[in-house]
Amino acid sequence: MSPSEHWRIERQPGEVIDRSQPINFTWNGSPVTGYSGDTIVSALMASGVRVMSRSFKYHRPRGVVTATYFDPNCSFQVGDEPNVRAAHRQVREGDVVRAQNAWPSLSFDVRAANQLVGRFLGPGFYYKTFIRPQTLWPLYQKVLSRFSPGGEPPPIGTPHEIFDKRFAHPDVLVAGGGPAGMAAALGAARSGASVMLVEEEYELGGHLRYGGVESLAALASLRAEVASFDNIEVLTDSVVLGRYDDNWVGIVQRSGMWAKERLIKARVGTLVVAAGLIERPYVFEGNDLPGVMLATAALRLTGLHAVKPGTTAVVFTANSTGDEAVARLRSAGVQIARVLDARKGDDVVRALGRGKVTGVEAGDGSTTEADLLVTATGWTAPTSLLNMAGDRPIWNPQAARFTPSELIDIRVMATGGIVGDGSTAELVAHGRAVGSEAAARARGEVPQSVAALTPYPHPALFQSTTVGFVDFSEDVKSKDIVSAAREGYDSSELAKRFTTSGMGPAQGKLEMVNTMAVLAEATDRDFESTGTTVWRPPYAPISLGALAGRAFEPERISPIQSWHNEHGAKNMVAGQWIRPEHYGNPAAEAANVRSRVGIIDLSPLGKLDLRGPDVVKLLNLVYTNSWDNLAIGSVRYGVMCAEDGVVMDDGVTGRLGADHYLMTTTSSGAGNVWDWLEMWLQTVHREWQVTITPVTTALVSINIAGPHSRELLSRVTDIDLDPASFGYLKVRTGSVAGIDDCIVWRIGFTGELSFEIHVPASYGLHVWQALLEAGKDLGVAAFGVEAQRILRLEKGHLIVGQDTDGLTLAYQAGLGGLVKLGKDDFSGKPELVLQEARAGDHSHLVAIETVDPMLVPPEASQIVVNGNDIVGRVTSSRMSPTLHRSVCLAHVPADLAAPGSRLTIVLTNGDRAEAVVRENLAFVDPEGVRLRG
Amino acid sequence: MLLIDCPYCGPRNSTEFRHAGEAGKSRDLASATPAQWRRYLYEYDNPLGWVRESWFHSAGCRRYLSSERHTGTNEVRWVVPFGTAAPSSTTDEETSR
Repeated sequence: MSPSEHWRIERQPGEVIDRSQPINFTWNGSPVTGYSGDTIVSALMASGVRVMSRSFKYHRPRGVVTATYFDPNCSFQVGDEPNVRAAHRQVREGDVVRAQNAWPSLSFDVRAANQLVGRFLGPGFYYKTFIRPQTLWPLYQKVLSRFSPGGEPPPIGTPHEIFDKRFAHPDVLVAGGGPAGMAAALGAARSGASVMLVEEEYELGGHLRYGGVESLAALASLRAEVASFDNIEVLTDSVVLGRYDDNWVGIVQRSGMWAKERLIKARVGTLVVAAGLIERPYVFEGNDLPGVMLATAALRLTGLHAVKPGTTAVVFTANSTGDEAVARLRSAGVQIARVLDARKGDDVVRALGRGKVTGVEAGDGSTTEADLLVTATGWTAPTSLLNMAGDRPIWNPQAARFTPSELIDIRVMATGGIVGDGSTAELVAHGRAVGSEAAARARGEVPQSVAALTPYPHPALFQSTTVGFVDFSEDVKSKDIVSAAREGYDSSELAKRFTTSGMGPAQGKLEMVNTMAVLAEATDRDFESTGTTVWRPPYAPISLGALAGRAFEPERISPIQSWHNEHGAKNMVAGQWIRPEHYGNPAAEAANVRSRVGIIDLSPLGKLDLRGPDVVKLLNLVYTNSWDNLAIGSVRYGVMCAEDGVVMDDGVTGRLGADHYLMTTTSSGAGNVWDWLEMWLQTVHREWQVTITPVTTALVSINIAGPHSRELLSRVTDIDLDPASFGYLKVRTGSVAGIDDCIVWRIGFTGELSFEIHVPASYGLHVWQALLEAGKDLGVAAFGVEAQRILRLEKGHLIVGQDTDGLTLAYQAGLGGLVKLGKDDFSGKPELVLQEARAGDHSHLVAIETVDPMLVPPEASQIVVNGNDIVGRVTSSRMSPTLHRSVCLAHVPADLAAPGSRLTIVLTNGDRAEAVVRENLAFVDPEGVRLRG
Repeated sequence: MLLIDCPYCGPRNSTEFRHAGEAGKSRDLASATPAQWRRYLYEYDNPLGWVRESWFHSAGCRRYLSSERHTGTNEVRWVVPFGTAAPSSTTDEETSR
């Protein structure tokens, strides 16, 4: 007889395994066979494995405690996935399963010697021992990481798995698919609500699944009824993670054919919390030995997986679940050596054995031989979601558990074990009533109260007379909490953090009430005054992959992008835009602009169409300079400052008609500027008549730059380009390459004669190609962002955000000439008035030349004085193909801003480089002859 | 996440909105001293209780809105278009500003 046949019992009425489908996998290298529907742990139990892990600190052998997702001892490495909750995860063919935190092997772990020195590893050991000297922290980190639990992350280069997101808007969301939760879903669905029913396990049913024949019959009829409603969406192997403002609810959906995990964000009408109850361990000596488990674990293993958890059992029971376990184990062929009944004053003092249970010592001093000790000593209500909704559950001494107080938010309700006890029929009746009321509240009806479900009395049982483990996953014993209290950590929040009890993977679901009970006794307080700790989201773990999910980041591309890609463009990301950085040789592209003519696709340029009689007032308000006398057909450069005087954006605005303007902004600032203008119009000057239309993507913008630009444009347009009539900073509209209503203005970011054309977007590619075709003999070539950056730096034109930062005032950016303090009002004026008075103190944006002309100091290099005192920085730097030397802009303090001042720049490798401040920001054509030609 | 009942678009996630600050600050260019001006720029009352504030529905109707929110519970009591009178159900004594 193979081991699995020995431990696997006859067919059970509620079993979830498919005996016709064996599943083969390995456990620490040895082959194991389970059945489809087995969890990894149930398959191991069926093959006789009892030691599942070594504990966190003392490396004690540990076995199954809860046989659920939150079993503290059943986290395994499965393939290259660490920390798999193996009492929940269904076993799959070919799984390679290994124990974690055991070296060299699970049966012999040298670090178990830690328990010999356990008194040195008491609470606060790590805090106290590894704090000084700080210079040894890197060493401590290495030592501690060898002792830390957990599996191995997948190796670098492992292919990404698919994660996804979903948004949902159910009228009613039910957290928990036990009898009350299913009934709540039915009650809500019956009144027409759309319902989402979320269950942590692989199927609906809760405790009915591993109950007796009557429970299974009730379950079958509830499941059939749920299935009959199209408006109930059932999510299994899914957990509600948290409840946030206005019933914003996060759900992790673990198994699905579309993705490994999916994060569902739901805006819920009414949230019904039907989380049930979590069975609580009992604290006594040896309570962590393999073979000590909860009654629900015994019921799950026998009822769901037909696994006999032991041969001879002692059951310590305080409730009907424990009594049920006695009967179930007996029918499974486990010999019941003794039943200790807490309701009759019996107690368990210690579990005997090394590495496994061999006997049990009762409160009366007698000893019973057994390899299984089952405890049923009480329940913890997982009130997390209620806490997140503002509820502060109160301790109910008669029931020995927390129950909800008064739910503050009418859109959050609770049913099932979390609020009270009852027969299956009573739980279902309560669930139906709550579900129906939840649907009514989701419809906005006046809230009605629902008859309460009250908890059964239950003995208050937490710890025996001996010392035992309170937190299995963190290896915290009851005496650790007592000593923490003696050291002054007597508040629940402090004791939790100092001992780390409740801070492990189960996050207090198993440990918190016992921790509080031990603390209450140690400090001679009752439960109420000891208080509990706060439950925070997430209720269950979620992978970083699911949180990252699928990105919804739209990309913007110009209508000309296809041409760029066909012509060797190396693209870059600029805010939301993808645009060509260059076409292979940016320096040559820049040189071609200086000597002949180039065209650049500037479509990402922010563009706002402004119309109305009060546009000029708006311009005067948001720009620092004056716009009173801008003639029709002219454009002007302007700088915007925020109210704190910091440079916010810049750009050119042209007047196209009496009440019609086109404003351009920086590419990245387009959205902000639009919001900013709306703010002034909607909240400060509501009487002004201005309509703003964003036209960034409605117009393709092409800049033609270089000495031949006029000649090139003249070949494709009917606009008179004679400099006498179309001078610098003028705007004309007309036909370009056969396309009417193009806007053309003369500006010069590159420092060359240049025309910027704004074309209806759908004709952008046509005009682009027409320009290239018409200018073949002129040497026209496309240039990218990098060439433009070189050209503008040669000309000394700043880029907001590159040569300014979040603290740069207009005066510091060399833009003082554009600040007209005489205007009645403009954004930033009060601050700039204050700043103008101390203009002499400000740092300045200056152009600098490195003494070594071939040296290009990296952007953001520091400028220092007296060795290492940082006083400024290089904001832009490039090698100039026109001057064959480096060109830089820098922020320097006032006393180093004078032309000829010598500066020291720190390079990346620590070397120092000398540089000199120039007279003028422009390296090329400071007089602007080329620009105005 | 807050749900804000936009008077133009209906209930929407707060991520669609930009918080536009506490209401009731006056931008007094003419007579503000430097200290007053900087208080206006940088200092907020941020009380615990009902606060009147502005929101900009940047990813929706793009209108500025006025609302009253409880900073303790995050309950939004009302939302109206900017510049319209607050609902009569609330009085100034009840609000913190």
